[in-house]
Amino acid sequence: MNKTLKFLLIAACSLILPVAAQASEALQLDKAPLRFDNASLQNGAKLFVNYCLNCHGASSVRYNRLRDIGLTEEQIRDNLMFTGEKVGDLMRTALRREDAKQWFGVVPPDLSVIARARSSESGSGADWIYTYLRQFYRDDSRPTGWNNALFPNVGMPNVLWALQGEQQAHFAEVKDEQGGVAKHLEKLDIAVPGKLTKDQFDKEVADLVSFITWMGEPAQVLRQQIGWWVLAVLSVLAVLSYALKRAFWKDVH
Amino acid sequence: MSKLAQQLLGWVDDRFPATKLYKEHLSEYYAPKNFNFWYFFGSLALLVLVIQIVTGIFLVMHYKPDASLNVSGIPVAFASVEYIMRDVPGGWIIRYMHSTGASAFFIVVYLHMFRGLLYGSYRKPRELIWLFGVAIFLCLMAEAFFGYLLPWGQMSGWGAQVIVNLFEAIPLIGKDLSIFIRGDFVVGDATLNRFFSFHVIAIPLVLIGLVAAHIIALHEVGSNNPDGVEIKKHKDANGIPLDGIPFHPYYTVKDIFGAVVFLMVFSAIVFFAPEGNGYFLEANNFLPYDPLKTPPHIAPVWYFTPFYSILRATTSDFLPYLAALVAATGALTFFTARVSVVRALAVAVTVVVVAALFLLDAKVWGVVLMGGSVMLFALLPWLDQSPVKSIRYKGPLFKSILAVWVVCFLILGYLGVLPPTPTGKIVSQVCSILYLAFFAFMPWYTRLDKTLPEPERVS
Repeated sequence: MNKTLKFLLIAACSLILPVAAQASEALQLDKAPLRFDNASLQNGAKLFVNYCLNCHGASSVRYNRLRDIGLTEEQIRDNLMFTGEKVGDLMRTALRREDAKQWFGVVPPDLSVIARARSSESGSGADWIYTYLRQFYRDDSRPTGWNNALFPNVGMPNVLWALQGEQQAHFAEVKDEQGGVAKHLEKLDIAVPGKLTKDQFDKEVADLVSFITWMGEPAQVLRQQIGWWVLAVLSVLAVLSYALKRAFWKDVH
Repeated sequence: MSKLAQQLLGWVDDRFPATKLYKEHLSEYYAPKNFNFWYFFGSLALLVLVIQIVTGIFLVMHYKPDASLNVSGIPVAFASVEYIMRDVPGGWIIRYMHSTGASAFFIVVYLHMFRGLLYGSYRKPRELIWLFGVAIFLCLMAEAFFGYLLPWGQMSGWGAQVIVNLFEAIPLIGKDLSIFIRGDFVVGDATLNRFFSFHVIAIPLVLIGLVAAHIIALHEVGSNNPDGVEIKKHKDANGIPLDGIPFHPYYTVKDIFGAVVFLMVFSAIVFFAPEGNGYFLEANNFLPYDPLKTPPHIAPVWYFTPFYSILRATTSDFLPYLAALVAATGALTFFTARVSVVRALAVAVTVVVVAALFLLDAKVWGVVLMGGSVMLFALLPWLDQSPVKSIRYKGPLFKSILAVWVVCFLILGYLGVLPPTPTGKIVSQVCSILYLAFFAFMPWYTRLDKTLPEPERVS
């Protein structure tokens, strides 16, 4: 019995593994160095309202939720509110959907839960956004003048160009099986420097992505804190209920 | 009990069988004393049902089944889920309990069903318990399917679209039927509202009724046990089974311990991994449903994937192998049946099914097989012809065939979450045939098997 089972499991694995490897083309994503301290999240919030909220909404998030990352209502109202009237308002974008459709070809997606939506086998949603925001390059063939290595022909321009500078793409020509020539992106480098060095820029993007990740599930920190308490209480209950069971079952043989 | 309480109970008992019910189902329901690990999952399924109903009641207070777009261009239904997650106090915990509960329900029910397979719990006199159970399983699948549409994400909408489109495969009426089910040409507001109605009213009502029937039938004949022998054969002078113990307090205290351990695992997921690594809450479902944007890979949630794999495996080149399986089963029946009517029936059914296999489209058969692979469980009480019930006394033949079947079921489940590949297709076709053969040949291999003698009393 055991031998048969072992054989079957090995056979099953040897069948399964190549299938799994074949199944999905992994994307090359950089690991996002996320930081969830208030300073990083506040910096991320500042970047978000300045660079993202012009076109993208975060329509599930209320401005006053930012109190959770250590801001007061006055600070929020004075520094971060460009689109809302009241501090309890949702973070909507001022961009009209019809205009967006005409200008970019698509309506920029709402970013409330984008960090959760972009998660895949290749990496977390945060990794995807972190990689995406750092891989814009100049491409004059595109209407916006920008293209992206992770998301080719994306409708979005590089909104962070003033910070990052302008990247240039280097392609290698690769012959494909049919004898045609395909362009393969080799590397990106800075052609025109921006206000920040590469390391500084990466840190800023990391803060921004941290904020977007936090915004995807603001209850996450509280959830994990409560989780430990729940598990602790249940562990005690487990011991007690086991003792109770033992006591009752003493006379069952 | 104080005198007043006794009087009150007496007053109730004269008008409603409170004490009688309590005795029949708890304090004087004698269950075998040798229940093992596998016997926790029945009461756990009941616990999960309660969790789902209670959390569901609170979710409905804030959820809005509305596909129209709000000011920000987000579907109202999708936005209302995020509203629950952020603005409703404690909403996130209720929602995560409900979403985790869906997967937990299937884990618990699959293990509960596997217990039945291990110890022959479906055998006489428990056939009706098993049939009610299969009906519960079908309801559960419907409940999960309808509920999955409600968050109105990409997977919700497109998953529903794929499954409702399956009905198109039915000859003649298929096209109209699928439109009738959706209430629209694509999954839209009409679909969302009717699925909401089914999810919160229709199916739960049926489900609770079936669960009651399942338990009443169980308490009528008494529980099976890991030895598969009847404890009612040996009773003491008072008519109480010698190997039985009253359900309350013995199994109530044992099940409380089981429930606490289960809740620890459940809470670990709810509080630390509510997305279940993308299996319990899929990443794609955090994008609002867009009927104009088809996702590159549509897969059902993990608990449907074994059956979904069987659907995908059924392509036209697979039909001859199915015909061979049907023919083999027919031939075996013909040569071993003693009644001539059965022989004639075997020939007739085989000829009709094999002919139909070559006449009808593979898509139809995919749907038939997907449904059939679930329904086949209902036949187990009559397919299993072994002289013993429990795996403990069954022979090596049954044990190895069951092991192969379990491995096939797991492989099918695994392949069902992946995008289709040529290798995957062949593997899932082999596994599908083996899955079906487990049921098709059961009457013969269970008779052939070298079983051990059952003990008189439980061990």
